Amino acid sequence: MISLSQLLFAYLATAITGLALLAVNARNPVHSVLLVLAMFFHMAGLYLTLNAEFLAAVQIIVYAGAILVLYLFVVFLVNLKEEIRVKRFVVSQHYAILLAIGLCVLLVSNMDSFALGISGPWTIEAIQQTTHIKALGRELFTTYLLPFEITGLILLVAVIGGLVLAREDKATTKGNSDDENAETKGVHQ
Amino acid sequence: MIPVSWYLTLAAILFSIGVYGFLARRNVIIMFLSIELMLNAANLNLVAVSHYLTDLRGQILTFFIIAVAAAEAAIGLGIVVALFRNKATVYADEIAQMKG
Repeated sequence: MISLSQLLFAYLATAITGLALLAVNARNPVHSVLLVLAMFFHMAGLYLTLNAEFLAAVQIIVYAGAILVLYLFVVFLVNLKEEIRVKRFVVSQHYAILLAIGLCVLLVSNMDSFALGISGPWTIEAIQQTTHIKALGRELFTTYLLPFEITGLILLVAVIGGLVLAREDKATTKGNSDDENAETKGVHQ
Repeated sequence: MIPVSWYLTLAAILFSIGVYGFLARRNVIIMFLSIELMLNAANLNLVAVSHYLTDLRGQILTFFIIAVAAAEAAIGLGIVVALFRNKATVYADEIAQMKG
């Protein structure tokens, strides 16, 4: 007998697989990004079935809200009229299909050898007693404090790196009276 | 009750789709999007195992993966913008100066 949670899982799994396949095959990059956005929402639903409601919220806020909007901005670089006409795949596309299917078969066929380890202290009753976010926060700010700080550092480096990479090189554009520009001009003269 | 292998199978399928997209598409932006699919598959594995082990470690690791994915997207798309400025292309097979 199929239970309601199994039915929900079946719907979410079908939607995620279908949307991901459509996204990697879509001709228009904007469609790709929007399909992945829909996929992320279904992923958040799947997290809810796993009692990870805070992660579901983070998935929607960070992935759907921040990362995909960043992608949408960069997609505007592409000439969409031209993009729809040019070919989408590299010449070695067939090898890619073979490799992906082979990897999938390999992973799924070895599923039987997977065994769960020792259970931890956070049963559903224990999480209900302390509330989910409090339990997560307690773990995050005690046991995993150092990785948390390092993550902050990684984000700082990423922000600075993104700014440096995407910044226009002032030396190559003329008509700017920046200090930096004057400096490079001085060097050239 | 859903067995844990269902989640792991779904994650394996999603990861394979990501691998296919990364290898087959020409557009660099779609390639980065495929990396996000693969990262999501890894996240799904971690959250599922975390739930079935009644432990929160998997969920905390997923937080770190989401943060690193945000950093990766910022840097990667910065590289795409810089690349487009220098080469005026977003196709991976047209960037072949290093080819002998």
